[in-house]
Amino acid sequence: MAAVMRFVNRSAFGPAMGQQYVSFSSAAKVGAAGVRAGQALPEKVKIVEVGPRDGLQNEKTIVPTETKIHLIDMLSASGLSVIEATSFVSPKWVPQMADQVEVMKGIGRKPGVSYPVLTPNLKGFQAAVKAGASEVAIFGAASELFSKKNINCSVEESLQRFDEVMRTAKEAGVPVRGYVSCVLGCPYEGKVAPEKVAHVAKRLYSMGCYEISLGDTIGVGTPGSMSEMLEAVSREVPVNALAVHCHDTYGQALANILVALQMGISVVDSSVAGLGGCPYAHGASGNVATEDVVYMLHGLGIQTGVDLSKLMDAGAFICRTLNRKTNSKVAQATCKL
Amino acid sequence: MGNVPTTVKHCLSYEQLTQDYPWLKRWLLEEKMADHTDVLRGIQREPHVRYPVLTPNMQGFQDAVAAGATEVAVFGSASETFSKKNINCSIDESMLRFEEVIKAAKERQIPVRGYVSCALGCPLEGHIEPSKVSQVTKRLYDMGCYEISLGDTIGVGTPGSMFKMLQSVMNEVPTSALAVHCHDMYGQALPNILTALQIGVCVVDSAVAGLGGCPYAQGSSGNVSTEDVLYMLHGMGIETGVNLPKVIEAGDFICNALQRETNSRVARAGGRAL
Repeated sequence: MAAVMRFVNRSAFGPAMGQQYVSFSSAAKVGAAGVRAGQALPEKVKIVEVGPRDGLQNEKTIVPTETKIHLIDMLSASGLSVIEATSFVSPKWVPQMADQVEVMKGIGRKPGVSYPVLTPNLKGFQAAVKAGASEVAIFGAASELFSKKNINCSVEESLQRFDEVMRTAKEAGVPVRGYVSCVLGCPYEGKVAPEKVAHVAKRLYSMGCYEISLGDTIGVGTPGSMSEMLEAVSREVPVNALAVHCHDTYGQALANILVALQMGISVVDSSVAGLGGCPYAHGASGNVATEDVVYMLHGLGIQTGVDLSKLMDAGAFICRTLNRKTNSKVAQATCKL
Repeated sequence: MGNVPTTVKHCLSYEQLTQDYPWLKRWLLEEKMADHTDVLRGIQREPHVRYPVLTPNMQGFQDAVAAGATEVAVFGSASETFSKKNINCSIDESMLRFEEVIKAAKERQIPVRGYVSCALGCPLEGHIEPSKVSQVTKRLYDMGCYEISLGDTIGVGTPGSMFKMLQSVMNEVPTSALAVHCHDMYGQALPNILTALQIGVCVVDSAVAGLGGCPYAQGSSGNVSTEDVLYMLHGMGIETGVNLPKVIEAGDFICNALQRETNSRVARAGGRAL
């Protein structure tokens, strides 16, 4: 049942064979994305593992504290250098993260590994620091409607709320990571202008975030929209301060990550076993699986510091506990090469 | 796979499945594909749509022509061990068989498409040298195949190995005669296809609903889903002439008939973003 797709518009590709340069042109906006096959990719990529927070937050089953701690410890042992441990939002809103203090106090802190936590406001920040957090994260949306629906205020108001957190974090010497959601599309607004994403990213960066993670919250992005958005954002924020956080709801995550790497991004967020479905599309997948990202990166000769088989052990462990199948294709494949 | 009625098969061709897994082909021919003539005769041929069929040898070719086929496909492997295990002969011997078919096809002006399996790795040999892939590809091209589809049979390839393999093949065969046939066992199909597009390949094989698991890894996915490929291509502003919602419908249809879930993430997401 092969569909063989022949591109009608072959002229859209004007490969100059010697340079292996392909320009994507589209009636819409892309122009020449200028992405070259085989161009220099980063030698190293830092993976930010968001499974224990972003992943578990979107799982229906409440996971016991000891299980969360064990998962994080297994992830630490796999070589990951950043593991988002928990979130200091009110347990009223996110019951999964109600054991935030116990988790922070219970995990083994591997030297050289960072365990950032989400802090939605000053109260959350203070509780996080008291519980031992040494790095935090804040978030903004690139979509006004999403911001209003989610946290009941405009994007600008949400960023002003973080002013306090930023000031306090600076005084305490605590680094802050910024997240921008809906960078490639919004469940309410639909298309999101790259300039809006660039604006919010720039705000967070100017406020003092050391890194901005650009999230394709509903996974609708494709290499076309990803490169357009990154072009706009990298005009405002240095590319070495950017990360991508791709969702795999439409199966596009790895292709989008590849394009981001080709454009100089060297920080990728992902979730072990692809934990965390999409709350906007019932039954659909959400976060991209760390195992699949690592497989691709290692296949490209890019160093991550991660031991894939130990990572897969962690994925198998959490899936057993949650009594669910993994979303990672690498984990599902049993063929040994 | 279940006993699929002929009427269901009229809506989809199973040739790709059987090409990838010759052992399956033998099994199916005894039972499931025994209706290949009925299928070919029963389908509604849309103008400007081609309906190639797999023909492993002269017998198959003659049956295909008798049933009304107007395009055929032959397949070789880049791995000697895979060739011997699967079709019981070496790569060279298989090429001799295809030469016959291609010659007969030429006489009838029937175009022939070539497939090369294990282009990025073999379940038996492991690593496959790009030069071996280009050798086999060139042979098929020189014999008269108008297009060669390079298959990552067990889906182990990544953009790195895809790029190296294509660079090597493109030294021997024009890019316009190449296609990629990526499997998604390790989730790498779409980035591999993207890499192929970036290097100039303009023909992509895929399977609706991602039909066809991998016989070498139980429980794993096999073919990349047409729906997911289309979503990516359209998102990049690339024209395919294909109506994605209609493909999703076809995917729903066959999954219902097979009583299984789709492998397509786009279909599972409900196509909200379409």
